[in-house]
Amino acid sequence: MSAPSAIAGTPAWTLPARGRVGIGGLILAESAVFAIFVAAYVFYVGKSLSGPTPKEVLDLPVVVSILLWSSSLTIHVAVRALRGGAVQSFTLWWLVTILLGAAFLAGTGAEWHRLIYQDGLTIRTNLFGTTFYSLVGLHAAHVIVGLVLLTIVLILALGGHVTRAHAERADTLSLYWHFVDAVWLVVFLVVYVGAR
Amino acid sequence: MAVLDPTIAAVHRDADRPSVLAILHDWVVTVDHKRLGLMYIASGLVFFLVAGSEAAIMRIQLALPNNHFVSPQVFNRMMTLHGTTMVFFVGMPILLGFANYLVPLMVGARDMAFPRLNAFSFWMSLFGACLLYFSFLGAEGLYGGGTAPDVGWFAYAPLTARAFSRGNSTDYWTLSLLVSGIGSIGTAVNLLATTLCLRCPGMTLGKMPLFVWLNFVVACMILIVISPLTAAQIMLTLDRFLGAHFFDTQAGGSAVLWQHFFWIFGHPEVYVLILPGFAFASEIIPVFSRKVIFGYPFMVAASVSIGFISLGVWAHHMFTVGMTPAGNTFFAVSTMIVGVPTGIKVFNWLATIWGGKIRFATPMLFCIGFLFQFLCAGLTGIMLSVAPFDWQLSDSYFVVAHFHYVLIGGLLFTIFGAIYYWFPKATGRRLDETLGRWHFWLFVVGFNLTFAPLHFAGMIGMPRRIYTYQPGRGFELWNQLASAGVVFQAAAIVFFLWNVVRSLVRGAPAGADPWDAWTLEWSTSSPPPPYNFETLPVVRSRRPLWDLKHPDDPDWRYE
Repeated sequence: MSAPSAIAGTPAWTLPARGRVGIGGLILAESAVFAIFVAAYVFYVGKSLSGPTPKEVLDLPVVVSILLWSSSLTIHVAVRALRGGAVQSFTLWWLVTILLGAAFLAGTGAEWHRLIYQDGLTIRTNLFGTTFYSLVGLHAAHVIVGLVLLTIVLILALGGHVTRAHAERADTLSLYWHFVDAVWLVVFLVVYVGAR
Repeated sequence: MAVLDPTIAAVHRDADRPSVLAILHDWVVTVDHKRLGLMYIASGLVFFLVAGSEAAIMRIQLALPNNHFVSPQVFNRMMTLHGTTMVFFVGMPILLGFANYLVPLMVGARDMAFPRLNAFSFWMSLFGACLLYFSFLGAEGLYGGGTAPDVGWFAYAPLTARAFSRGNSTDYWTLSLLVSGIGSIGTAVNLLATTLCLRCPGMTLGKMPLFVWLNFVVACMILIVISPLTAAQIMLTLDRFLGAHFFDTQAGGSAVLWQHFFWIFGHPEVYVLILPGFAFASEIIPVFSRKVIFGYPFMVAASVSIGFISLGVWAHHMFTVGMTPAGNTFFAVSTMIVGVPTGIKVFNWLATIWGGKIRFATPMLFCIGFLFQFLCAGLTGIMLSVAPFDWQLSDSYFVVAHFHYVLIGGLLFTIFGAIYYWFPKATGRRLDETLGRWHFWLFVVGFNLTFAPLHFAGMIGMPRRIYTYQPGRGFELWNQLASAGVVFQAAAIVFFLWNVVRSLVRGAPAGADPWDAWTLEWSTSSPPPPYNFETLPVVRSRRPLWDLKHPDDPDWRYE
């Protein structure tokens, strides 16, 4: 990591930031949780004893997915703006991120409403319902947690409490948000594209 | 405030020291890694007595054939609570407590990376333990006092389905593991960040004490293996409360899937428990052999490989379920391979002792006991990894004997060694050596008397988890020997507790460095001040205190 010369008092002793390492650990643990839910989904594909099947009721959620993935871009722009000290630009892009996330959540809500009331698919209907709602619901729960955290930062920013000094913390939070978006990529590919 | 109020000021003058309530308040609100570590260990020891009593109840029940000391229902509850408590509320808290206390001191830091997360994690873990035992009262409301979880610590489906587990005892079990799992993950994140981000200048990864390395590996493993358990518990809760069908075979669900999910957690968990035991041994054995640890890079590499390989061995718990030949072969081979790095470690400890100037103090005695007994555990482990052998002996008392040799003969012995070794650091007083010897020898005799005969009971066909057995099948002798051993073990624990209480009050003062040791925790006072180090240390070798004591011949010349 560092040469012996670093010990003589030269400032070469640098260690990783604890925020990034900490959130990395959390992301590792969360990935394992999602891996188990994805494994259960894949294991039970085609094993439902009754309908409806994914082919009959699932539509590709292209628009809301693009909205969620673009929020990764906007939060990245927001953090970069904060690093440069542009607090107003940060607040704007942060707000856009929240709106995109909320739009995604509304899309999931509309999808679930249709599935439950039109197609009669609930968590107790069959194995597809069980695994679908738990996996997508687990992801939606993470989106909700992310939105709550982002909104707290937004409120602080609107109150004028967020400055360039907080860029590292905003960056740490953005890593969590990127993770939520990446998980959606996996869910999208497994549930809506691959295992229909 | 207090000064303004004359009555309170008077009370303070009279008492001359803070009231019990004030001390309690200090401990409850603390974010200091040392206090949290001690609370982890203390709570673990309390539940150790609880779960040990549960084991004693089972051994009394099994001492005689056709015994009616407890009912089958109570036996199942004791079995479930004993296993769950020992793994989650004894093993994990004690080991995380030691990691909490020692990792910041050993890397030369003033606290963990996230002190408040640390406090949160501890209280979550304790809350989980309370939930488990609250099930005695709450599982069936006011109707059925005394109903606790009875599905085994593995909780195989469909035992946990609503139809077979009425009331809420299984839900308390699920919730307690969910909640304490969150605590474990929090502490693992903390250990990870502390190890990577708070090392003092000069302490590169290659200069960290092995204790820190092993706990670093454990932290990474906790993140990967506790989460599947959390996920499986969420699924089980969905099944039980929302009518989902994950493990409901009548709707096409799979009971075997639960076994996979449980053992994906369950087997690496054994390594999460034993690696900290290796960590204790790797610190204690060199100090009491007066030698540098043999093969440091190999010890690190072996620890990391154990971490990786142990993630791919889980289905050796499921040979009897009936897997494909390819599955059986894979898991048999991976299980044999995980024995290789473990063997490397045993040889390195032996090589460390070899030619050393050995001091047989109590910590060293426990480590030597560990070496012998863990070797037995490893050998029976290799035997069980052979799938056909496992078909014969799976779910027999042979397996019970095997994993108690791992977790008591291996882990608990090193935990006792660690308590004798670091007690002076945490309290400023030494534990009594004579009482320590009584503790050690009684425990060696009691442990081996209990668990060695169970190998034979298993080999002649005694199944696990039965609450009684018929006379005349050859089980009597082995079970009576096993139950007799419990008396010795209990006596040993009495000596241990008496030693702790007595030494807390009037143990010999320890000084900063009672064992003439080499890692950073011994460079500060005993007990360490809240800030640990006045000035952050700078290290140049793996044994910074050796360098300090021997400036003429420092380690960094050779490393």
